Amino acid sequence: MSTATLHPSQESAATRVVQTLLRSRELAIVIVLALILVVATTRRSSFVFSADGWRDTLLAPSILLLLAVGQMVVVVTRNVDLSVGSTLGITAYATGKIFVSNPETSVLVVFAAGLALGAVVGALNGLLVTVFKVPALVITLGTMYVLRGALTHEVGSDRMTAGDYPAHFEKLGNQQVLTIPVLTIIALVVVALVGYYLHTARGGRELYAIGSDPDAADLYGLPSGRRVLGAFVLCGALAGLAGVFSAARYATAFSGTGSGIELQAVAAVVIGGVAIFGGSGTVWGAAIGAFLLVTINRALPILGISEFWQGAVVGALIIGSIVLDRVLSIRRTHKLVEARDHA
Amino acid sequence: MRINSKRFAAGAALALVASLGLAACGSDDNGSGGGDGGDITVTFLPKNLGNPYFDTSDAGGEKAVKEFGGTYDEVGPDTAGPDAQVSFIDTAAAQGIKGLVVSANDPTALCDSLDAARDAGTKVVTFDSDTDAECRDLFINQATSEGIAKVQVDMIAEQIGDAGEIAILSAAANATNQNAWIKLMEEELKSHPDIKLVDTVYGDDDDQTSFDKTAALLADHPNLKGIISPTTVGISAAARYLSTSKSKGKVFLTGLGTPNQMRDYVKDGTVKEFALWNPADLGYLAAYATKALVDGDITGAEGDKFTAGDLGEFTVGENGSVLLGDPYRFNAENIDDFDF
Amino acid sequence: MSTATATEARTYPAYSRNLAARLLLNREAAVIVGLVAVYLYAMGNVPFFDGPLTIFNLSKEYAPILLMALPMTLIIITGEIDLSVASTLGASAAITGVLVVEHDLSLPLAALVAILVGALLGALNGFFVAYVGLPSLAVTIGSLALYRGLAEGLIQDKRISGFPEGWQDWPTERIGTSQYPNILIPIAVLVVLFALLLHFTSFGRGVFEIGLSDEAAHFSGVNVARTKLVLFTLSGAVAAFAGVYVALKSNSVATDTGNGFELKVIAGVLLGGVSIFGGRGALHGVVAGVLLIAVLNSALQLDGQGSEVIQIIIGLLLVGSVIASNFLPRIRALIPRRAAASTTAPQTPATGDETRKVSQ
Repeated sequence: MSTATLHPSQESAATRVVQTLLRSRELAIVIVLALILVVATTRRSSFVFSADGWRDTLLAPSILLLLAVGQMVVVVTRNVDLSVGSTLGITAYATGKIFVSNPETSVLVVFAAGLALGAVVGALNGLLVTVFKVPALVITLGTMYVLRGALTHEVGSDRMTAGDYPAHFEKLGNQQVLTIPVLTIIALVVVALVGYYLHTARGGRELYAIGSDPDAADLYGLPSGRRVLGAFVLCGALAGLAGVFSAARYATAFSGTGSGIELQAVAAVVIGGVAIFGGSGTVWGAAIGAFLLVTINRALPILGISEFWQGAVVGALIIGSIVLDRVLSIRRTHKLVEARDHA
Repeated sequence: MRINSKRFAAGAALALVASLGLAACGSDDNGSGGGDGGDITVTFLPKNLGNPYFDTSDAGGEKAVKEFGGTYDEVGPDTAGPDAQVSFIDTAAAQGIKGLVVSANDPTALCDSLDAARDAGTKVVTFDSDTDAECRDLFINQATSEGIAKVQVDMIAEQIGDAGEIAILSAAANATNQNAWIKLMEEELKSHPDIKLVDTVYGDDDDQTSFDKTAALLADHPNLKGIISPTTVGISAAARYLSTSKSKGKVFLTGLGTPNQMRDYVKDGTVKEFALWNPADLGYLAAYATKALVDGDITGAEGDKFTAGDLGEFTVGENGSVLLGDPYRFNAENIDDFDF
Repeated sequence: MSTATATEARTYPAYSRNLAARLLLNREAAVIVGLVAVYLYAMGNVPFFDGPLTIFNLSKEYAPILLMALPMTLIIITGEIDLSVASTLGASAAITGVLVVEHDLSLPLAALVAILVGALLGALNGFFVAYVGLPSLAVTIGSLALYRGLAEGLIQDKRISGFPEGWQDWPTERIGTSQYPNILIPIAVLVVLFALLLHFTSFGRGVFEIGLSDEAAHFSGVNVARTKLVLFTLSGAVAAFAGVYVALKSNSVATDTGNGFELKVIAGVLLGGVSIFGGRGALHGVVAGVLLIAVLNSALQLDGQGSEVIQIIIGLLLVGSVIASNFLPRIRALIPRRAAASTTAPQTPATGDETRKVSQ
């Protein structure tokens, strides 16, 4: 490639930021999200502009946000974690167990326990994938079955109900600070931290490098195994945290809690513009993807689309967004080629 | 009605005893079962495992089976798919189980397998949710569909002052029981001209889906005054959402729920009153009916009579169905008397 | 991850083995031995397993999984995946049901329409994957939701039942007085056809070549895009056929008919020795893999184990089988087999067919 394409510094920092934003893949989904919110709100102002509507708009995506961020970090390394739904179920139930044994347990302890439990599951996945060098899709499909089966075996048809979770914990599920739900704040902090790490830190950039070309990353001497393991641990820990969130929000947990949510997490990541074979995408994108997926489900009845066709709309949305990715990337390639040819 | 409340008292006593853990161990020989029940193997097959309603009903069944000295087993799928129960029925047939007690996820999908099981000598009793009448020997009906529809419409009418918009939060869109009740509720609503049914949504008997659908209902219908949820999972998820919502106290919720799931929400004022039969009694009755079939005391013909332990005598009605009683209403005054 | 592709490519030591060893010491043989062992053990130790209903029940329950596993094998060998099969099954069951029960169409005609629509749905996946160049994992997660959505939209809150008597009974009637239901006849035909297609035609050679390397396949004259389109179309059509079967077998169609089957299908295919990276696999292994799951399921259930134990065992088998197939050869490669072999056994460099796929 000629040097002609390498002169971004001629423009001011501000123009560059604006241009990057305008060209970014994330913008497309932000626009779709904004459009849905605007149309739904014009049809029914309470969708956003009522105490419950505002809270739900922010709160409903918080669980999927955590899962999508974790999934994104794994996907960017060219892996995938299908076991997050089972992990979520385990920690949601375990949270109830902790409270049943001691209703006075501090919320912080429960959060830490959820994170730790999830991290252990993530480490298990990560070790299997990195030590044995086997495909994550198969391994996590296997651990998804094993963990869900183990949970069912352990709890049988026992169910945690509202009475098992203490009031101070259930309140957390809806508590708001300056009208913003606490769970959403935590989720957004996670998005910001992980996003910042992936965008700037050495370890974060290495994850992208590993995902773009694992062999090159190995040859270059990047600690691939350690980084991928780290990604799985983070993904597991966030899924564990999502389990605690789920318990706080729904105040119930049983052997089936969270089953099927893994595909939603992968879908959110895909909608958010993260390449399923690694190496590109952003945490913000995945987060907005999760936000969009949840919001569209909430908005469809208000937009007048029959509940029975909602699944089809979500499917079309997923396919549409990957087609969009493809179109954008072809255009980008063309531009780069043109720029090179004109040089 | 008097008989019914007596039955209920018996059920409550049953539940109390069970909760004290006395019933579980040791066989109290109250001699109710008759001597030849030693080798009666009864398998309960609920719609899915992990459902508190079936937990309770199957526990009632287990109690009855222990009373008459049979062998109790419970198997079931994780999720309530239309033919998810088929392989369990097939297995029970291959094992030569004497009696199979099923709550059918689908009225027709199970028929082939149930027929094969009956050909192999297994007595098939459905409870809670029936199959086509020709695929089973008996159906233990918790209450008449008309009664179930009526009690729910009555409750919502009382709570919202017989006027305003209401919606229904059901189980899966194809759920046989719920669809039958919804149809009858629509009929029943014709005598309440000021109540308008504006929407029916489906929570798939999943906590999170039901929760989210409740939120969507409230957002979509700002003038909503009441929600009926004729499913135990739906009503508790809806109550959970309402209890944290600004609509608490403005939108009334009723339907079918279990006291343990709903206790918190009745006490905090989210829910005034809801209904259910005693699922433990339902399972208990189903187990005794199975025993009567296996022993050859009855054939499932109309007019057959049998005794179901503490619940007393029952008569088989038309289409081979046995009726447990009327639904019972739970509210702040009586909810603490029940533990299931 | 892609370093594992090294073990998939045939290495020199593999060629140095004699014919018998190559036929007997491979994944497929291991799965078949496992299947036979489990079956014999269950016959001897699990009560009622030797009963007349066991094989019959097992065949009729696992028929749709086995059917969908056939084209899935070919798709996974090309290095792609199709997660939408169970949704296509659901959509096809819905179409058959609506046409027959609500519009009084004759069953063969309705089935034909359903299978054509299924082929179309599969072709749509294939178009996006082969001609637009999208990753199949992402596309079929989308169509998993989309096609299930079609079924939901078609059926809504109805529950469709009441298929014509003769047709409804046919699939689950026994062949003569045997233990086998009729559905096994079309399955046997399809197994043979797919085996011929994969192992004895140039199309099949192309499938393997694509799995080893898209580009190499392209340069050796394989029409990569068309091959993939054909495979996804076949997958849709076969899943639709399975949908018609499920509708008839249960005489009932609901929105969640076949929900979750895709993971069972994939588990069966992978257990049968097909590499998820593509380029390696055989149809007899897959048939044995699916049957192994079926027999285990049946034996464990008869033994009184709950569905969760079956889930755990399938999961462990999956994990164990990939670890065994990816890890053991690497260990073996570290131990010099023969002095000569060890010098001529370079670790094939990781040819990332994965690497190229990311360039989409």
